[in-house]
Amino acid sequence: MELTSSLQGLIGGVLIGISAVWLMASLGRIAGISGIVGNLIAQRPKGDSAWRAAFLVGLVSGPLLLMGLGAGWGNVVNYPGEVIGQPLGGVPLMLVAGLLVGLGTGLGSGCTSGHGVCGLARLSKRSLAATVTFLGTALVTVYVVRHVLGGGA
Amino acid sequence: MNKQHLTMAASYVAGLLFSLGLTVSGMTDPARVVGFLDVAGNWDPTLMFVLGGAVITTFVGYRFVLKQPTPLLAKRFQLPGKQGLDARLLTGAALFGVGWGLSGYCPGPAIASLGGASVPLVAMLATMVLGWVIARRIA
Repeated sequence: MELTSSLQGLIGGVLIGISAVWLMASLGRIAGISGIVGNLIAQRPKGDSAWRAAFLVGLVSGPLLLMGLGAGWGNVVNYPGEVIGQPLGGVPLMLVAGLLVGLGTGLGSGCTSGHGVCGLARLSKRSLAATVTFLGTALVTVYVVRHVLGGGA
Repeated sequence: MNKQHLTMAASYVAGLLFSLGLTVSGMTDPARVVGFLDVAGNWDPTLMFVLGGAVITTFVGYRFVLKQPTPLLAKRFQLPGKQGLDARLLTGAALFGVGWGLSGYCPGPAIASLGGASVPLVAMLATMVLGWVIARRIA
């Protein structure tokens, strides 16, 4: 079970990498989700929006495709047949989390994909610093929520 | 098919591959993500394999791709030019990490999971967009 999960993680990771390489090879762009979608929605840059919208449609359609195929290729904890897991928190927690994620990735110019995948692959110092920082605060957050407060997600 | 259509198709394929990767790896399940971040609990190593596989593949692929004179469908490669660290980068990353830890969602999986149609996730996506708009305002 553990081994299968790790192997699926590796296969999925390679797919994400292929996506990033393909986007650079074809359009010369970094595959950073917060950058691609954030700029599309918050700025709607003229002449630079169509490819972002197409990427967004692709991003939503992958899990739907796998759901439709019903092949059980997801990796949801304890639900082998599922492809999309359920949120761990309720609406209030998710409202706060969303604001932090949007504000944070907007100010920090990137998220797990832009800094964590593409930035690290480019050996960017800024991305390394960003990745270490968000991993650090995420680890502390989960520790506090789960082991100090003992609740929430 | 003109070039605009090809560009759209190429970008759609990139988004599709990305979300297939997120789904196959289990990143569309916030329990997997929080399980990885919970080092003091029942630790789940999956995310490490995802990030490792993605970074190594991208590193190898970029080395080849960025040696080409131009991308296939665009005039030039658009890489971030900024060097050096600043407060904005680190503050932003720190805030993002807190939100990521609270929910188990970073932007990619949050958007890709839209098809799961859960109310809390839609709430999160709404404030995430609000956060992007605010970040742009205070730029």
